[in-house]
Amino acid sequence: MLFEGVSARVAPGGALLLVGPNGTGKSSLLRLLAGLLPAAAGSVAFAGRRAFAGHEVALKPRQSLGAELSHWARLDGGLARLPAALEAMNLAALVDVPCRMLSSGQKRRAAIARVIAAGAELWLLDEPTAGLDTASAGLLARAMAAHRAAGGLVVAAVHGDIGLDGAGSLRLG
Amino acid sequence: MHRYANPTRFLKIARVATPIVALLGLALTAAGLWIGLFASPPDYQQGESVRIMYVHVPAAWLGAGGYMSLAIASATALIWRHPLATIAARAIAPAGAAFTAICLVSGSLWGKPTWGTYWVWDARLTSMLVLLFLYLGYLALSASEAEKGGEQRGAAILALVGVINLPIIKYSVEWWNTLHQGSSISVANASSKIAPELLTPLLLSVAGFSFLFGAIVLMRMRAMLAWARVDARSRRMAEALA
Amino acid sequence: MLWALFRRDLLLIARSPAIWLPVMFFVLVAALFPFAVGPDARLLARIAPGIIWVAALLASLLPVETLLAPDVEDGSIDQLIARGIALELVCAARIAAHWLGFAVPLLAALPVAGVLLGLDAATGLRLGLALLLGTPALASLAVVAAALTAGLKGGGALAGLIVLPLALPVLIFGVGSDVAGAFRLLGAASLVALAVGPFAAAAALKPE
Repeated sequence: MLFEGVSARVAPGGALLLVGPNGTGKSSLLRLLAGLLPAAAGSVAFAGRRAFAGHEVALKPRQSLGAELSHWARLDGGLARLPAALEAMNLAALVDVPCRMLSSGQKRRAAIARVIAAGAELWLLDEPTAGLDTASAGLLARAMAAHRAAGGLVVAAVHGDIGLDGAGSLRLG
Repeated sequence: MHRYANPTRFLKIARVATPIVALLGLALTAAGLWIGLFASPPDYQQGESVRIMYVHVPAAWLGAGGYMSLAIASATALIWRHPLATIAARAIAPAGAAFTAICLVSGSLWGKPTWGTYWVWDARLTSMLVLLFLYLGYLALSASEAEKGGEQRGAAILALVGVINLPIIKYSVEWWNTLHQGSSISVANASSKIAPELLTPLLLSVAGFSFLFGAIVLMRMRAMLAWARVDARSRRMAEALA
Repeated sequence: MLWALFRRDLLLIARSPAIWLPVMFFVLVAALFPFAVGPDARLLARIAPGIIWVAALLASLLPVETLLAPDVEDGSIDQLIARGIALELVCAARIAAHWLGFAVPLLAALPVAGVLLGLDAATGLRLGLALLLGTPALASLAVVAAALTAGLKGGGALAGLIVLPLALPVLIFGVGSDVAGAFRLLGAASLVALAVGPFAAAAALKPE
């Protein structure tokens, strides 16, 4: 049993931070919300679509960044949203670069761009600022603000501040 | 040696040399095949089927010779760390494999009417098949090493180990009592066991195939250098925007 | 959706330099037997179908480690699950792509292996038909084994141990393809494997 008696509610436009020391199950709770782990008991009530960015970036080293993100955007039916998402994470110049040449920060930005392009109501982000420099973290904060302004929700497992104003927080452990 | 290691200098020379070598190869091959197929008499024993020789022999020559050059390029890459040598080796291998395959297929097609079978496990044929497998193994290893980036030492070592097959191919017709005929052309003593009417087109097509081989290698080397540039450019872009 | 997944899988398989390995392996194994049992043409022609089936089986196992494990490790499977895409679809697409990536080149190389083993044209044709019918089962089994061993150390060798016993029916019907009804049994084995494979593989991949 990793955790029990955890309960939280997020309103449209709201945000929830999962905080707590390492090993308390922040990532697991996030994976549970994403449908990647079954809950032993309890339930997740959410009607809309979710987009998940975990520790692994799911980019094939041989493929170009553009081809990779297009594939996922196509699955999401969001190919039209992709250029704006790339722009938002400052990746537009890198679309032809094979993913194996990208730095870890660039890959992380790509994972966030995939979330933006998914057009989902709920964003599930696992330590989204890890490996990002200040400028990129600023881009992320702006993207999350725009998403919430449009009525979207953000749930993020975090260690420090990631620039989410007025977010509720859920302390684990 | 290292004067030519500079890709820029190599590319400058190769740009001029490629069309010349390619045209020379096409012209000589066309002349050899035309004389061989239309303007030379059939063999007194083998009849018309001898004409496949004008493809088979040059292909065999280049299959084995190509492996020798692959081994030399690999040795150069290993010993002198010559960057162009690795590229040359990777350019030679598919061309050599293709000519080896042509040799095997043409020989097989000739074998059906002459020996009554497409294939026998004869020392010459078998060692040529092993040569093809050595090429394919080299190609597979170098492709997966290239994927990782790096010096391709493993592929170079494999190429050198495979050289042991070359003398086996060469002497297979002497060491074993094979179905495949012995050699008809000797460079050491000028007495070739082949009629001059048949020898002329054969030599022409050997020369033509060799130039074509050279042209293919040059083209592939240029293409690979161009790809390396594309790669380097992508890498620079990724770093500039890190 | 299935089409999008299949296209992607096929693209990744076709782009990998490892695409040539199974077919090369197939011809090499077929060429190995004359060295092992001697070049007696009549003996070789008699055991050729068996040799070719074993070679095909081993060739189908060769790419097992790259079939699903990279997708589990790099989070691609997580992304698919989070999108609510059924893993059964994912595995079905993977089976189809794997079949195209290994069986089609293998069928193309069958004449080469046939000539090396002295197979006559009629037997070769029947063998080709048998392979066409039986290889989908091998592809399905390979994907199931890949799903079971994804993320385990030494997954490739383990997958061999899992698949080989399960592939025995295919081998038996395939080699016995000159017996009446063997083709139908072979086709049935493939259909069963194709029907069960996606579900078994998906169950193995599902988070517990």
